[in-house]
Amino acid sequence: MTQKPTLDVKDLRTYFFTKGGVAKAVDGITFSIAPGKVLGLVGESGSGKTVTGFSILGLVDQPGRVVGGEILYRGEDLNKVSAERMRELRGVNISMIFQDPMMTLNPVLRIDTQMIEAIRAHEKVSKEIARQRARDALGQVGIASPDERLRAYPHQFSGGMRQRVAIAIALLNKPDLIVADEPTTALDVTIQGQILYEVQKLCSQTGTALIWITHDLSVVAGLADQICVMYAGKIVESGEVNAVLDNPMHPYTHGLITSVPSKNKRGAPLSQIPGMAPSLLNLPKGCAFAPRCKWSNSNCQEQPDMRLAPENRRLLCHNPIEYNNDNFSQETS
Amino acid sequence: MTATDQDITENKKQDAQEFEGLQTPFKRFLSDFCESKLAVLGFLVIVGIALLAIFAPLLTPTDPYDLTSVTILDSRLAPGEKMMSGTVAYLGTDGAGRDMVSAMIYGLRISLGVGIGSGIIAMLIGISFGLLSAYAGGRVDALFMRIVDIQLSFPAILVALVLLVTLGKGVDKTLIALVVVQWAYYARTIRGTALVERRREYIESAVCLGLSKNRIMFRHLLPNCIAPMIVVGTMQVAHAISLEATLSFLGLGMPQTEPSLGRLISNGFEYILSGKYWISVFPGLALLVTIVSINLVGDRLRDVLNPRLQK
Amino acid sequence: MSVFIIRRLLQSGVVVIIMSFIVFSGVFLIGDPVEILVSDDADQEEREEMIKSMGLDKPFLVQYGIFVSKALKGNLGESFVFNEPALLLILDRMPATMELAVVSLMIAIIFGIPLGVWAGLKPESWASKSIMTGSILGFSLPTFWVGIMMILFFAVMLGWLPSTGRGDVQVILGMPISIFSWDGFSHVLMPAVNLALFKLSMVIRLARAGTREVLHQDYIKFAKAKGLQESRIILVHVMKNILIPVVTVLGLEFGGLVAFSVVTETVFAWPGMGKLLIDSIGLLDRPIIVAYLMIIVFLFVFINLVVDILYSILDPRVRLQDVKS
Ligand SMILES: Nc1ncnc2c1ncn2[C@@H]1O[C@H](COP(=O)(O)OP(=O)(O)OP(=O)(O)O)[C@@H](O)[C@H]1O
Ligand SMILES: [Mg+2]
Repeated sequence: MTQKPTLDVKDLRTYFFTKGGVAKAVDGITFSIAPGKVLGLVGESGSGKTVTGFSILGLVDQPGRVVGGEILYRGEDLNKVSAERMRELRGVNISMIFQDPMMTLNPVLRIDTQMIEAIRAHEKVSKEIARQRARDALGQVGIASPDERLRAYPHQFSGGMRQRVAIAIALLNKPDLIVADEPTTALDVTIQGQILYEVQKLCSQTGTALIWITHDLSVVAGLADQICVMYAGKIVESGEVNAVLDNPMHPYTHGLITSVPSKNKRGAPLSQIPGMAPSLLNLPKGCAFAPRCKWSNSNCQEQPDMRLAPENRRLLCHNPIEYNNDNFSQETS
Repeated sequence: MTATDQDITENKKQDAQEFEGLQTPFKRFLSDFCESKLAVLGFLVIVGIALLAIFAPLLTPTDPYDLTSVTILDSRLAPGEKMMSGTVAYLGTDGAGRDMVSAMIYGLRISLGVGIGSGIIAMLIGISFGLLSAYAGGRVDALFMRIVDIQLSFPAILVALVLLVTLGKGVDKTLIALVVVQWAYYARTIRGTALVERRREYIESAVCLGLSKNRIMFRHLLPNCIAPMIVVGTMQVAHAISLEATLSFLGLGMPQTEPSLGRLISNGFEYILSGKYWISVFPGLALLVTIVSINLVGDRLRDVLNPRLQK
Repeated sequence: MSVFIIRRLLQSGVVVIIMSFIVFSGVFLIGDPVEILVSDDADQEEREEMIKSMGLDKPFLVQYGIFVSKALKGNLGESFVFNEPALLLILDRMPATMELAVVSLMIAIIFGIPLGVWAGLKPESWASKSIMTGSILGFSLPTFWVGIMMILFFAVMLGWLPSTGRGDVQVILGMPISIFSWDGFSHVLMPAVNLALFKLSMVIRLARAGTREVLHQDYIKFAKAKGLQESRIILVHVMKNILIPVVTVLGLEFGGLVAFSVVTETVFAWPGMGKLLIDSIGLLDRPIIVAYLMIIVFLFVFINLVVDILYSILDPRVRLQDVKS
């Protein structure tokens, strides 16, 4: 990495202090992302992807709290900045696209109100200019007759259209860093392609760094430069995207890849990761994935340390697949 | 227990464990409730007041209904003065010469009795109509809910006022008026809850298994309506007590011979301008403490039993 | 939109008809007005003449029919006591009651919404907890007793405010209004606060509950993610969402205020129609009772209608549903 990273997250911890105990939704994750790059953040439901995104924007609500670590945005620790500084950064420098398109827009405010305010919160521009920009942004994400659409209320839009409006809002101020939380899951394939294209263009042209949260490994494969695989609040494997997907070293990554339908022959039963994701309030001792792991042994009763692997990869496992070639070949034969 | 019942309880157990650690729901409810000191205090006060009301004849220094011992010579004594009989009237006496302490305890008895009594009757009627409405659906439901809507669109005080004007004074008539005013709230609440519960999976699975309608209604629906009923019930009792007092103040409701707290306050109103505050102030405080306590408890219950607000 | 209004209008008409029947038959059962109106030494003939002149000898349904046909012409009968049209008597007292109710509503809104939103924004703070406990008190305090206590403190003990009656009034736009002179204002203050107390508590709780619910919504988080000022999030995003339920309930409760002014007017001897009602109940003056109740019914039906329409303007989702149906 030659460029200075846009975002450098070090040992970030975000815990939820619930009645039933402390849920360590994000528990010591480290990653960084350079300008113009795309980082894919994947993992099962509940693994802490969304909470990671919220932590970066300082939007973790009660009973949750960022309890440790650093979030360095261009060298500035977002955990330490004032509330007002954070507000200035949000929406202009860092923006986020939320997971649920049905809930992200305020139901009683018109689309134009919600878009114009996002511009005017940061820049002193006239309403007309702001409206112009809002309209262009809507066109950019493929919404037909944007002028008319601006005057509509969110309930007059379909889920996919709302998501596109949310994406348009996130792009409005040309941010340096976008956290996109499963932004294209609600969209059909053609629109998805269009959005991906727009986003990629933005990244390469303006040097915007993008954190792309998703379940869809094929999107990550096509879009991302780096990948981080999350499991129970920890990043269990990260590295350059092709290296990780072609040669997964963590048993969980391996499981994720083999459970993608397209990787299997048609008609052959899908392989799946046995068991369920653990409850955060009740994590197994040691490696959280051990109970579901085919290769676990007595070592896994202890928390593995982060280790570096070739090609700048990082790994959180006692028995990475590479060193278990026997088992691995048995499994695939 | 049938297989479904077991499944249901098992599911519930699992849920409970997942969301609440290993506590039982009741323990969790208790600990949640006790988190608010005010609510606990309110609960203790209610228990105290209830005991006072139940054992009134044993506790009061004089019998305010015994016309032979009440004399006009004692009227409007200030707090702490001695009455003719030698008993000290710690809170003074009213216009008729009744010891305020005794009159208030008896008044409390009537107020509580009418409030709780009307609440229970209204609840029974409301539950019947509400469940019936939710269960029958269609035209019956539409008709019942129309009636409920229309009634609830008029304020309770007005409905009660018209009824009492028509019926006249008396304990029974007050009770009727209060029941009429309240039943619709219960009916609407229980219907709402029942409809929500009906849509839940476990009811659907019970229907699929061919359990009889009545069985579903009473074994499955009713228990789930208990929480909202408790909340509405506490609030309604407080409301009924306050309403009865208001009606009595307006000269409707309870007769002069059986003065409730409201009547006592009303009696004292005419002496307020001459500064004889105690006849109105003390029964009012008693009324206030009663209603506030019930509302504090009800408020807490609502927070604790409302799953939406639970973190 | 107009289909929606016409349908609501028809529904309202039905409610008015049903209520008029219930009210009339209810009041029809009250005591015997002749007992009160005819002097004790009147002979049988005089009594019968009296009964006849008041139409009390006819069967119930005929009396109801006469009542309806007259009511349609705006004649709700003549007061037995004052020998004047009941409707006029009530309309005469109406402005005083309306003024009281409107001032109360203003107090409830102006103090209630900010307090409630504040309590919803900072639910754990000391101030919010006091506000909420205070609102329980407001709910619990029986209005009439608070009124008496206010008189005791501010009129009898401190002597700051007059205890009863209505002060100077100015006629503004044909309406007698008292809040624009000190004398009038000092008279209306206590009763209005007294009447407002209950609604104030209600507004506080509604606003708080609404705020808490809205604050948890994703769209508030998204608004924060856009980098909006806290003040804009609260004043626009939160406020617009909570105003809908608050306005609805308050609108519906305006009728409640008018009805509950019966109590406040009795305590403060405020010369409104509520006091007239209570006096008439004491005198068994049926036409006035009927007229009062009919006016209240009209008021309620009207308010419901207006609130429905307002609601559909405020909440775009409702509007859409009605266009569809
Ligand atoms: N408000 C909250 N209170 C308690 N726990 C929470 C809260 N929000 C999130 N969590 C916990 O944090 C964990 C991670 O949640 P998160 O939303 O980040 O998952 P995710 O990876 O985004 O899942 P998905 O793919 O389903 O969106 C969850 O296990 C959840 O239990
Ligand atoms: Mg998520």
